[in-house]
Amino acid sequence: MSEVSKARVAVHKFASCDGCQLAFLNAGEDLLTLSQLVELVHFAEAGPLDPEEHVNIAFVEGSINTEEDLQRIRRVRDQSDLLITLGACATAGGLQALRNLADGEDWIGAIYAQPQYISSLGSATPIKQHVKVDMELWGCPVNGKQVLAAVRALLFGVAPVQDNDKVCQECKRQQTVCVMVAKGEPCMGPVTRTGCGALCPRFGRDCYACFGPAENINTDAMGKRLQGLGLMPDAISRRFHFINNGEPQFHAAGIEWRKCKP
Amino acid sequence: MSDKREINIRVPVLARVEGEGALSFTARDGRIEDLQLKIFEPPRLFEKFLEGRDYHEVPDMVARICGICPVAYQMSAVQAIESIFEIKVTPWVQAMRRVMYCGEWIQSHALHIHLLAAPDYLGYNSAIEMAKDHADIVQRGLRLQSLGNKLIGLLGARSVHPVGVCVGGFHHAPSLSEVESLYHELEQSIVDAEALIGWTATLPLPDDQQDFVSVALSNEQQFAIEQGRVISSAGLNISLNEYEQHFAEHQVPHSTAFHSLLEGQPYLVGPLARLNLNLQQLPQEIQKLVKQSGIHFPCQNMFLSIVARAIEIRYAIGEAMRLLKNYQVPNARKQTVTPKAGVGYGCTEAPRGILWHRYEVDAQGIIVNANIVPPTSQNQARIEADLRNSLEAYGLQHSDDELRLHGEMVIRNYDPCISCATHFLKIKVDRID
Repeated sequence: MSEVSKARVAVHKFASCDGCQLAFLNAGEDLLTLSQLVELVHFAEAGPLDPEEHVNIAFVEGSINTEEDLQRIRRVRDQSDLLITLGACATAGGLQALRNLADGEDWIGAIYAQPQYISSLGSATPIKQHVKVDMELWGCPVNGKQVLAAVRALLFGVAPVQDNDKVCQECKRQQTVCVMVAKGEPCMGPVTRTGCGALCPRFGRDCYACFGPAENINTDAMGKRLQGLGLMPDAISRRFHFINNGEPQFHAAGIEWRKCKP
Repeated sequence: MSDKREINIRVPVLARVEGEGALSFTARDGRIEDLQLKIFEPPRLFEKFLEGRDYHEVPDMVARICGICPVAYQMSAVQAIESIFEIKVTPWVQAMRRVMYCGEWIQSHALHIHLLAAPDYLGYNSAIEMAKDHADIVQRGLRLQSLGNKLIGLLGARSVHPVGVCVGGFHHAPSLSEVESLYHELEQSIVDAEALIGWTATLPLPDDQQDFVSVALSNEQQFAIEQGRVISSAGLNISLNEYEQHFAEHQVPHSTAFHSLLEGQPYLVGPLARLNLNLQQLPQEIQKLVKQSGIHFPCQNMFLSIVARAIEIRYAIGEAMRLLKNYQVPNARKQTVTPKAGVGYGCTEAPRGILWHRYEVDAQGIIVNANIVPPTSQNQARIEADLRNSLEAYGLQHSDDELRLHGEMVIRNYDPCISCATHFLKIKVDRID
């Protein structure tokens, strides 16, 4: 591939923990290979700085929390051919979208003695609420292999394959014993998108839905199963209102259970 | 002279960024006034999210505060909650938590040295650029970083937001064969880690001696990582529940991160502070390496933090090996947990310094309130003081670009969790001559 035809790539950060960018920074040798395959135009944590340049692929980490964020994501959209969200915060608002369920202003008042110094929109919202998103990579954090595979596919000019079946399927493929059936754990695997490699069930514990919803899920049946396992309604609500609380199906299910009286 | 002029200079590339970190100061007659390190990471309100959550949700939740040091957040949290429930974890759990923590030190320090700090000293904008001329150095760094990640993954399944730690112990115990294979890798990486110490010590690091108080955990048995008392170079020695009587956080208008002060004064936490206070607890072989490097501790030059990180990488590798050497799969990997109402404290040495947590829990194990003091807010007042001293010593006659680079280097010494933001540090100098 000649210099001129190298794809131009940017990685942008909004409100986040920086963990999804580590998909690149933790890639080891692959990071150096990537830097030869593409031109990293903007990636502040890795060094390159050119946030306003046109790019072919923009990865976006983090959710929108401030007026400045809002202006900035619009500019990122304008200058990018493809915009791909990187992880739960950018895709569904992330854990910090929990503030949308409460009075964010009150909370700022409770944490900061002088809330007037804090500029904030009062909500944490996913990128797609503000601009068109071409592809979403779920996960808290994203799986580094999925991210690099997506880049590789795009460089070949094909659409990346998206995993959207359930963690349960992954457990079966790996012959992992079902923690819900065998141990009565409140596992969210039946409604959660695979992609992590079923890490939690493999470690003998319940999945907590950090990869967001799978396709064709039944949140009603999931909630009732959790109730059958002995969880109280508020605990069931919190299962849905966790990492991906801002995702519409999880959001709605959590609200329903919150209304229930024990 | 009456040519008092006020010059506002902005570095063009930075004016186009909504930086999470920005630096501004006024220069008058070669002196700095009104220096502010501005942190603007939007408020993420984690302490409020924790309220009303069950104790067992806490480790998965607090990990999300930081993708680079999630283990530290999990460890301070479980320590606090276990103290409320009066749980004494087994020696196996204690040892494996320390191993996992060693993984985070190795990973975070290797990332910081190679991807964030070193390019400054060798005149590159990034490690990727640096790799073109110093491929072996960068590859060595990436190997060490990857080793740290594997160590976290051994006990946590993944290195970012690991899923293995729980109140009472671990969800999972690794198999003997997994441990043996990683032990072998640790052993082979000692050469890399020792070469790294030597290499960092030969970097052209500025000589910038400053007066500051170091704060770290201290543990009589061993070099403190995952538990200890809080001590300082000024003679402080307190238990975790006395922390709030000595340290106070306060809000400043220009930052969403709080400033924390010890008895009203800035202080340092992190690798240099740890070595300043606890160096004598390192194994003899490592103390020997330190001597060979030509660096003397206690050390008041923050630029030597990069050497301190390399020393800690070497220590963490040896420590993980020591703890994994006679590894056996335990009968019980966690204790039975019975919630109790109460208040508890946890404090551990995150890669960038002490991370203090306080939780109040009700009888059902639901979090009533939480208070978390991360290392970056503890260092922030010290960073501002350092910038004032260091930029004046460097000389304000330098160009804005040179001042910006020097300022960024000073800030990066602290490895703040806004490292990324400091890469596009906005600098605003009002020059009044």
